[in-house]
Amino acid sequence: MLNDIYITGNCVISDNVVCRNGQSLFEQKEIGLPDFLIAAYHYFDINYPKFYKMDVVSKLGLLAAEIILKDNFKIEQYKAEDVGIVLSNANSSLDTDIRYFDTVKEMASPALFVYTLPNIVIGEIAIKHKLKGENAFFITEKFDGTFLKQYVTNLFTNGVVQACICGWIEALGEQYKTVLLLIEKNKRDNAVVFTIENINKIYDN
Amino acid sequence: MDKLIADLKAQIIEQLNLQDTKPEDIGDDQPLFNEGLGLDSIDALELIVLLQQNYKIKLSNAEDGPKVFKSVKTMAEYITEHQPKIV
Repeated sequence: MLNDIYITGNCVISDNVVCRNGQSLFEQKEIGLPDFLIAAYHYFDINYPKFYKMDVVSKLGLLAAEIILKDNFKIEQYKAEDVGIVLSNANSSLDTDIRYFDTVKEMASPALFVYTLPNIVIGEIAIKHKLKGENAFFITEKFDGTFLKQYVTNLFTNGVVQACICGWIEALGEQYKTVLLLIEKNKRDNAVVFTIENINKIYDN
Repeated sequence: MDKLIADLKAQIIEQLNLQDTKPEDIGDDQPLFNEGLGLDSIDALELIVLLQQNYKIKLSNAEDGPKVFKSVKTMAEYITEHQPKIV
């Protein structure tokens, strides 16, 4: 039987504020989402030029993953194959699909085309952090903490993962919200049990 | 040729979204891929689009790609040789 698993870190990006574990780390109001993402990229000194080429969903995912893994995650204690990524949103890659459709009228952009799938963000996070574990991207009408809890717990129960990045990365135009959780078996400082209530509490804050 | 090379560097930076790169960072003979500027296969497709959009040149033979996109200088030479002449 599986013992409790824990949310050992979280990152929420919404309303032009980046929060880690409930604390605001970066805020820049009065600018649009694309500029906000670039400003956050510079602020957190990510130094990964491919970031500029990514679509909004991938930028949000990469940024949030960087923040929950930085100073918090000892990658060397896990095999790359044991760290999973499970993400979800409501509008899939529609934000990029629309931009791509606009380019098709003149000349289709290959750089945009590669982001016309929602799970590309998983690949971007996996490449950046050298993670090779189980992954999945689900489209749900709205954030579903119950489903997330069940699916990720099942991965742990069956020994498929030893750690998992999971959450919600939604973006359409200027409307967006990202909530990423780091789930691990080992309890650490400030960790909370991976329950539906705690998942929803983080999402709602 | 110098003007074309300078134009190409600016266009590559814009087309490929190389926001941390300045034109002077790209050497005329510097390899664009791998150990050089580090471009990838999607960037190669964007370079083909750049040739078509800005210079009306279609790269009809994919096997020419590695030779044409070896460096900014080889791109400029290819453009000079293949650009449609205005009569």
